[in-house]
Amino acid sequence: MLWIPAGLALALVVLPVVGLLARTDYARLPELLTSGASLNALRLSLVTAVLSTVLCVLLGVPLAVVLARSRSRGVRVLRAVVLLPLVLPPVVGGLALLFLLGRNGFLGYLLDVTAGVRIPFTTTAVVIAQTFVAMPFLVVSLEGALRGAGDRYERVAATLGARPWTVFRRVTVPLLLPALGSGAVLSFARALGEFGATITFAGSLEGVTRTLPLEVYNQAEADVDSAVALALLLIVVAVVVIAVARPRALEGRP
Amino acid sequence: MRKLLPAALACVLVASACGTSAGDGTTTLNVFAAASLTEAFGALEKQFEAQHEGVDVRLNLAGSSQLASQINEGAPADVFASANEKNMDKVMDAGGVEGRPQTFATNQLTIAVAPGNPKGVEGFADLAREDLTVVVCAAQVPCGAATEEVERATGVTLAPASEEQDVKAVLNKVRLGEADAGLVYVTDVTSAGDKVDSVDFPESERAINEYPIAALSSAGEPELARQFRDLVLGEVGRKELTRVGFGAP
Amino acid sequence: MTLRAEMKLSRGSFSLSVALDVPEGTVLAVLGPNGSGKSTLLGCLAGLLVPDDGVVTLGERTLTRSPRLQVQPHDRGVGLLAQDALLFPHLSVVDNVAFAPRSRGASRAESRAVARRWLSEVDAAGLADRRPAQLSGGQAQRVAIARALAGEPDLLLLDEPLAALDVDAAPAIRGLLRRVLRSPGNRRATVLVTHDPLDALALADHVVVLDGGRVVERGATGEVLSAPRTPFTARIAGLNLVAGTAEEQGLRLAGGGLISGIPSPDVVAGEPAVAVFAPGSVAVYPASELPEGSPRNTVAAVVGALEPHGPVVRLRTVDGDGWAEGLSADLTPAAVAELALEPGTPIRLAVKATAVTIQPAFGK
Repeated sequence: MLWIPAGLALALVVLPVVGLLARTDYARLPELLTSGASLNALRLSLVTAVLSTVLCVLLGVPLAVVLARSRSRGVRVLRAVVLLPLVLPPVVGGLALLFLLGRNGFLGYLLDVTAGVRIPFTTTAVVIAQTFVAMPFLVVSLEGALRGAGDRYERVAATLGARPWTVFRRVTVPLLLPALGSGAVLSFARALGEFGATITFAGSLEGVTRTLPLEVYNQAEADVDSAVALALLLIVVAVVVIAVARPRALEGRP
Repeated sequence: MRKLLPAALACVLVASACGTSAGDGTTTLNVFAAASLTEAFGALEKQFEAQHEGVDVRLNLAGSSQLASQINEGAPADVFASANEKNMDKVMDAGGVEGRPQTFATNQLTIAVAPGNPKGVEGFADLAREDLTVVVCAAQVPCGAATEEVERATGVTLAPASEEQDVKAVLNKVRLGEADAGLVYVTDVTSAGDKVDSVDFPESERAINEYPIAALSSAGEPELARQFRDLVLGEVGRKELTRVGFGAP
Repeated sequence: MTLRAEMKLSRGSFSLSVALDVPEGTVLAVLGPNGSGKSTLLGCLAGLLVPDDGVVTLGERTLTRSPRLQVQPHDRGVGLLAQDALLFPHLSVVDNVAFAPRSRGASRAESRAVARRWLSEVDAAGLADRRPAQLSGGQAQRVAIARALAGEPDLLLLDEPLAALDVDAAPAIRGLLRRVLRSPGNRRATVLVTHDPLDALALADHVVVLDGGRVVERGATGEVLSAPRTPFTARIAGLNLVAGTAEEQGLRLAGGGLISGIPSPDVVAGEPAVAVFAPGSVAVYPASELPEGSPRNTVAAVVGALEPHGPVVRLRTVDGDGWAEGLSADLTPAAVAELALEPGTPIRLAVKATAVTIQPAFGK
């Protein structure tokens, strides 16, 4: 009986992509994909998605460990807060970032006045927006793994004389690697597809803030064929990343 | 269960696809209009419904190019009011327009600034100032195309911080204080009220944007479609459009 | 190092209040049923739990003086061996064992050398390059023992180290533990938590019995197990122990007699050993009757005392031929009435050979 809903689910995911493939103008594909604007958008997307994935890992791993290991009551609230970017419409996320880091935002104002740094309309803003929306994916998958594993290995490591930092580095992190791998892939995919928060917080300028999804939207205004071609490119990149990284991350017991 | 599910699914699909005439005797008129027409067409919708008993006007407001794509993909539409000729041409080329489209309004660019114009922007040439964060529309959308035209005509080259996807996004960046100035349409500043001020500049005459309207050949209610088009083109339409800042054709 | 601990701790309705001494080089077994506070006690000693009140010293060092001083687990010099081996799955066997020396700052090569020495100490040198996933339960526990010892702890904590092993693997690991815990010249204090009196018998010098977070009985292992002073201890740990020398089919008594039984795999013929059997496996006959049938160990005795023990009556002997002194037997009240037993009644005891195990003798 499962095959009916399973088939429907698959159809829901696959058929729109098939529709996209059917509408692609293959004759013009090479020309559309190698235009300056497309290449700039692709390069920018790859660079920013990689950077925000790195940020997600550097900041998300400690956060997941704190959330999974802490027993204080406030942590329950924190856990809900961390998930917020998952349910928040990305545009609202972008607005929230503006209210924090924009020229009139309290942190943005401080940065502007003290250091002369302005975040909006920069590539930094793109990375921040992507990290904001992608971080929960990493934290959630890591926290699940951490809770599943418990802290028995860490306790043993402590009795063997390992200091907390050594325990984290030599036990916690290696045990987390499979979950870290799949979490990072999810984050990367989410960062790559990020649109709403980026366009709201960072704007859209070729080579600086116009990532591939923004370029797709931009092209859709003028030339649907070009938008379709770019969307296809986005799909190919995402599929390659997931196909290459995910199985290894999920099955590769260290 | 095995047979019920696909049947139910088909019902849902059909119900949403075939909805021109509702069962209770009211007739629906689908009007696809550019987002910048929200306010004016909202008023015209009420007037039209008051004059035509049993007619429900449904406004589908979005970017003109989106609307054109939707119409060409077969969305149920009776009237199309576009913010530029290019998108009307797309529908016309596909054979979707009944008769010839007619221009019913014009719009031109203005500079949106924070209330009170704190940066002292005086004209288009000022937008090239290095101390200003300027935001414009992307060249692919009508306001961006108009901006490029003005740039060409004046020889002033802008270095915008961002090329936004539509006029509202440009206006929002100015409203939030992230941008010092943005190039938008006169009507947008009118609808934003006292949240922004505008600085008009004579060079905007060089890129007047014309709004065409047409009844569509696929219209389910061709007679009503013509009547709505005529309302927009007539005196009542003129009055509402002027009220929100549009120019006469 | 001698361990001295005095700890109080409350968690909800459970409270623990314990004082213990473990002289250096000796093993203390903590016996008790589930929920008696054994694991909490170990957690406090390891530094993983903080007692509400208490002092723990190891040699000259103070590990805990509540509420001000609490030395962290990694600074305690404490080794922990749990029920599950908990080998780090991402490290090879040799790197698991090298973990402690490495954490203390030894170089990779040095700590691997130390690890290989400890692996051969536990007869697991051949496993060095394997992954933990490739080991059997017994092999993994061997490696875990090596890993705990490689840290050269002053205090070794064993938390039910044999409970998760199957019956074939447990005796070998028990034998290994005997060897390393009894290795001459070690200055370690060891605390062994177990619910199995046989583990205590094989490994420990002293026993404390915990019930509901309190020590209900303490003393030398043989005394506590063979002559429990409280009904509680008798129920969970009361065993008949008869000392002698191990032989192939049983235990040779000092007086020349032989008790037939099944030798434990870690017992060595000619070495001191004990015959162990539960009071429930002892049958009681009138003195005149000689039981027939499958091989039995029989002995004449005299009833000393009769005490109710829940649903059964426990009989203790006072006198008799050779090894009959101080044995326990459980009977139903009906059997006591039928045999007209009372203190002073001469009786004959019989134990099936298969109910007797021969264990290595406790003590040095």
